Amino acid sequence: MGMTMTQKILAAGAGLDKVVPGQLIKTKLSLVLGNDITTPVAINEFEKNGFDGVFDKSKIAMVMDHFVPNKDIKAAQQTQQCRCFACKFDIDNYYDVGDMGIEHALLPEKGLVAPGDIVIGADSHTCTYGALGAFSTGVGSTDMAAGMATGEAWFKVPEAIKFNLTGKLKPMVAGKDVILYIIGKIGVDGALYKSMEFTGEGVAELSVDDRLCISNMAIEAGAKNGIFEVDEQTLAYVNERVKREYKIYKADDDAEYEQVIDIDLGEIEPTVACPHLPENTKNASELSDIKIDQAVIGSCTNGRISDLKAAAQIMKGKHIAKGVRCIVIPATQKIYKEAIKAGYIDIFIDAGCAVSTPTCGPCLGGYMGILAENEVAVATTNRNFLGRMGHITSKIYLASPAVAAASALTGVITDPRTL
Amino acid sequence: MNAHGKVHKYGNNIDTDVIIPARYLNTADHSELAKHCMEDIDTTFVNKVSKGDIMVGGANFGCGSSREHAPIAIKASGIDCVIAKSFARIFYRNSINIGLAILECPEASEKIDDGDIVKIDFDSGIIYNETKGEQYQAQPFPDFIKEIIKANGLLNSIKNK
Repeated sequence: MGMTMTQKILAAGAGLDKVVPGQLIKTKLSLVLGNDITTPVAINEFEKNGFDGVFDKSKIAMVMDHFVPNKDIKAAQQTQQCRCFACKFDIDNYYDVGDMGIEHALLPEKGLVAPGDIVIGADSHTCTYGALGAFSTGVGSTDMAAGMATGEAWFKVPEAIKFNLTGKLKPMVAGKDVILYIIGKIGVDGALYKSMEFTGEGVAELSVDDRLCISNMAIEAGAKNGIFEVDEQTLAYVNERVKREYKIYKADDDAEYEQVIDIDLGEIEPTVACPHLPENTKNASELSDIKIDQAVIGSCTNGRISDLKAAAQIMKGKHIAKGVRCIVIPATQKIYKEAIKAGYIDIFIDAGCAVSTPTCGPCLGGYMGILAENEVAVATTNRNFLGRMGHITSKIYLASPAVAAASALTGVITDPRTL
Repeated sequence: MNAHGKVHKYGNNIDTDVIIPARYLNTADHSELAKHCMEDIDTTFVNKVSKGDIMVGGANFGCGSSREHAPIAIKASGIDCVIAKSFARIFYRNSINIGLAILECPEASEKIDDGDIVKIDFDSGIIYNETKGEQYQAQPFPDFIKEIIKANGLLNSIKNK
């Protein structure tokens, strides 16, 4: 019996010829990540336990993105703690205000993640890098502390669900619609503890940005990771950015999957997840009676340049509906500059949107767009849990940038193809 | 190792945003976090919880964010053990890593009601419901995880080696 992509990467990291699902292993790590919320807890543990050095200062990334630029004094204290630690241990990849971006957009952009890597991050959306053929997964702060100290982590080798993608996306349908469609099909615990492996001829139809978005939300189906087969598009993206050697892993032909699910990309409509779980999906066209107060376009899920392009194309020359606020957040400084150059930022501002420096802020109800009592938001973020973006009576509908932009223009949830 | 206390019961898909809302993540102080534990779904929890109590959830308990603040808040609020039908994997990992006992047991998750008094023997995985006079068998931990718990958390277990 052969191994899946994930199993092969984990076996290599553990120095083993073969691993089987359920096996507990210890692997070497290519990169350990933390942000301004999770890193302070890791530092506290690291220091409390008397560790006095990091395993490799070039293999740790700290990205100040959640409550940064600091939203209040306590957040400022936390960032300061990270900054001091990074300075003390001379961490190469410490990103603060001015050069930071949203971590899961920033790391691939900086070439810090390559195919075949094993990455842990004290952030649940660390699974994003599976899009590049890496094994990457979210962990907690204690795992981060242990990873920083030893360069290793323990894992239970996961079973895998294979998603066999076929067909072509319809116009105005993107990666976000694909992943919401899949979560709607399998549920928020449909891939619990498992690995989601995306393969098939349909993969070639998805841009790297689409894949990053799909892998990003693997966690919303409970998955340990969501990984794409490496193809020419991946290599074109990676070779432009990664300045070191890496290894590509392919699943064996006789790899065993717990389940194989066929997805015809051509059947997917603009999809929206209704409150309060990402599995509550409906077609955007069925929700035209839902009035919105706010639209958010950004986040580690959908703050990339193709996302801003999709939104700008819809908003060009138009103005958002009266009574609606629309917040646009490019995920990194590079994306921000590209968006300025392409004229997207002008389009957004002329349409009445607020544009912000990169931050996770509104996605987790941190700051920069908190919802009031009974308010409704359509957001390109990843979670619509109760109270996630503000007051516990507020409601979040998750959607693609195209749907969010179209909805901002009309004031109700809108299928962008109907404009 | 045992636990013995009153049950606080919640449903399926209890996410880390309701366990500890992100608006309180500007601190890592355990007692501060405990003050807001569960407040978005149960404002009474922090007032009614007593040291040594037990939390019971349904499927996919702890889904969502990787914030270790969630198991920290639960532990610091006085809860000694969480029982659920299933756990989200990061929450599961985090709980073990910080030394919060958690048990997967679908039968216990279904049959235990809010307010029941429950006794747990971690070595055998036996959960005894004193209120109902019922007994449920949870999956005991694999040895690897037992070692981490015995060492009182992941970092201690690394240091011991």
